[in-house]
Amino acid sequence: MNDLTASRPAIWPMIRPIAGPLLGLLLVLALFWFLEPDAFLSARNLRTVSVQTVIVGLGAIGMTFVIASGGIDLSIGSVIALSSVVAAAVAKAGYDPMLCAMAGVATGALCGMVNGLVIARLGVIPFIATLGMMGVARGVAKWLASEQKIDAPAGWLENIMSKAEEFRILGLPQAVWLTVFLAIIFGLVLRHTVLGAHTLAIGSNEDTARLCGVRVGRTKVWIYVLCGIFGGLAGVMTFGRLTVGDPTTAIGEELDVIAAVVIGGASLAGGEGRIAGSILGALLMAFLANGCNLTGVPNYVQEILIGVIIVAAVAVDRYRHRAMEA
Amino acid sequence: MRGVRKAFGPVQALGGVDLEVRPGEVHALIGENGAGKSTLMKVLSGAHRADDGSMSLDGANYSPSGPLDARAHGVAMIYQELTLAPHLSVLENIFLGREQRGRMGRMDRKAMRPAVEAALQRLEHPDIRPETLVSQLSTGARQLVEVARALVGEAKVLVMDEPTSSLSRKDTERLFAVVNRLREDGVSVIYISHFLEEVEEIADRFTVLRDGETVGSGVIGEVELDHIIEMMVGRSLDEVFPQVPHQQGEVVLRAHGLRGPIHLQDASFELHAGEIFGIAGLVGAGRTELLRVLQGLAPSQGGSFDFVGAAQRASAATGLLSEDRKEEGLALNLSLGENLTLGHAAPLLQGPWLSHARRRAVTREWISELAVRCAGPDQPIGDLSGGNQQKIAFARLLHAGVPVLLLDEPTRGVDVGSKVEIYRLMGKLAAQGKALLVVSSYLPELLGVCDRVAVMHRGVLGPARPVAECTEHGLLEEATRGSGEAATMSAQESHG
Repeated sequence: MNDLTASRPAIWPMIRPIAGPLLGLLLVLALFWFLEPDAFLSARNLRTVSVQTVIVGLGAIGMTFVIASGGIDLSIGSVIALSSVVAAAVAKAGYDPMLCAMAGVATGALCGMVNGLVIARLGVIPFIATLGMMGVARGVAKWLASEQKIDAPAGWLENIMSKAEEFRILGLPQAVWLTVFLAIIFGLVLRHTVLGAHTLAIGSNEDTARLCGVRVGRTKVWIYVLCGIFGGLAGVMTFGRLTVGDPTTAIGEELDVIAAVVIGGASLAGGEGRIAGSILGALLMAFLANGCNLTGVPNYVQEILIGVIIVAAVAVDRYRHRAMEA
Repeated sequence: MRGVRKAFGPVQALGGVDLEVRPGEVHALIGENGAGKSTLMKVLSGAHRADDGSMSLDGANYSPSGPLDARAHGVAMIYQELTLAPHLSVLENIFLGREQRGRMGRMDRKAMRPAVEAALQRLEHPDIRPETLVSQLSTGARQLVEVARALVGEAKVLVMDEPTSSLSRKDTERLFAVVNRLREDGVSVIYISHFLEEVEEIADRFTVLRDGETVGSGVIGEVELDHIIEMMVGRSLDEVFPQVPHQQGEVVLRAHGLRGPIHLQDASFELHAGEIFGIAGLVGAGRTELLRVLQGLAPSQGGSFDFVGAAQRASAATGLLSEDRKEEGLALNLSLGENLTLGHAAPLLQGPWLSHARRRAVTREWISELAVRCAGPDQPIGDLSGGNQQKIAFARLLHAGVPVLLLDEPTRGVDVGSKVEIYRLMGKLAAQGKALLVVSSYLPELLGVCDRVAVMHRGVLGPARPVAECTEHGLLEEATRGSGEAATMSAQESHG
């Protein structure tokens, strides 16, 4: 559990908890590298995949906290759409891109806070609470946008999602680095702060956490706010990429985000979850989709493959747990 | 059963057990938690296979291939935890897994009904209707449904594993009446319990198990209770309750007319620093609720409680050791260190960051202080034995440094060795000036370690008495009848 500390510098304890998704990712890379040696691992293609991973990856950071706490957030796809619409609306009104980004993130945080309060204070189970928010946020997005796309100048928000050479840092788009940076920070938050420890404790055994004086309700609200913030940020990035606020974007995206987190080794029963694993899970799915496109594998095969991988990842994880218990 | 052995990996759960049960007798199987009673009965009922030894039933060799085979031989088991599905009806529960099917695989309720009614009639409880949902029944009635389930299909040997652990006195009496009737019908009942008073009341003969071995057997009434206890624990009673001298200090907690949301009606008492205060009573009397109200986990509905002196100045006055270690007390898949420091992270903080190195250091200190047997601070706590888990749960309260410790069944599911260590620890804490409020259903424990004891009866806490003035019998009387009635009773007895 505590393998990120300096007192044990060996590399294996750091890798072991994410060995599953890492191995899966390497297998996917090896397979498509074998099938498409030139195109698949080209710098251009890697850039494409990395920027495609940004939105699911950001969502997965927030979702890891929620799932580690034993919850679920089904509203994140709708929150992404709503935030992109809000960001676009603010941009269209002529405000600075920074303000657009802040408005988008704040929208996500607000949705998350409502989720958290409904769950913690009204005692509605997370599945239902966020299912409700999924509908509400999507509806509000369509309402704000009058059921149309909002076309607005995204300014430098467009640049950070851009693959063009003048906007890259060390060969990758800026948004990719932002995601990497946030993944590292929140990976540390999950493992090395009180908020993270309480998140895992609530997921592991909520009654114990309450017994020990953890403010379970308050912590849950923060967890959903955090997930909302990442949803909002993903929405802002979506606006940057599309340069329109589209209320029908990211439909079903919540399932991709959840799949990434689960492939990454988190348990839907709570108490387990790693940001690094979730990011690997998101990369695995992105590379798989990209590889299938390159090799001309039809879309439906991709969907079948992703479905199989999700179940296999969890089955392998369960098997490992049983082996450890025996 | 002769020389039955069973090992789980390196753990020898049964190391040669002999047990002989005659037809139409109630045979008590006695032993501490972890003595191997339940394992032995799982072997008998086919849930586990013995590694060695032999069993015979009515003179014929008996080796069940599984629970269904055991049932076919007439060996039925009633487990400690109720194993009924609350959403199903009485009838559906009784026939669960053995449903009679009609045409098209439809459940043939009509065909099953007479057997259910006959079984309930035999238990003299035709008032329980087969179509009632189990969730609507009382705990006592549920227990009867369990018995009925065992009776449908002609049981020759009926195993009851601590059947009264969740029953009220009245339900227990009803159950005993049922057991007596079964005995008259020639059914052999193996009655597992560690409540010796109960065993005395219901059983004909007994066998004592300790550490997976038979250490004695005999006829109830011919052997002194104290002698049976000594057989159970394997040492004399003085050794079990080590005395650590401690001094009663100033008052730290004052409760007046305290009411809780469900059971607790009226509790008034004063708790002192350096004191071990015991609360006896039946399950459901409101003892746990009192601790939860004091801890802030349940809302107080009336009355008041105040922390005084040192407890008032402390940032957190109380720490609760939960009676349910697995469900509430510990997060079993988290590590020792994470469990120990949960809720009191302040000493581990370096700026905003939690220091895992400090957590390990703190945990190691407590591991050596309390002699916890484990692989290290990072081991998942679920891997430890009950006694060692409980020590970590204790260490959590000590790590938090609270002046008032609320201990709910502190030695439940703990082996004798760890029990003794926990008793010594409680004495040491009192000597350090901590105040300990202890709820326990095990009366010898309360009498052995507490300074004062009060009895909770139907939500009302009776007067606290010095332990020297208490007897096991007197406390039990008060727990079942209440202090007022008990006093009247003894007055009448002395007049008569």
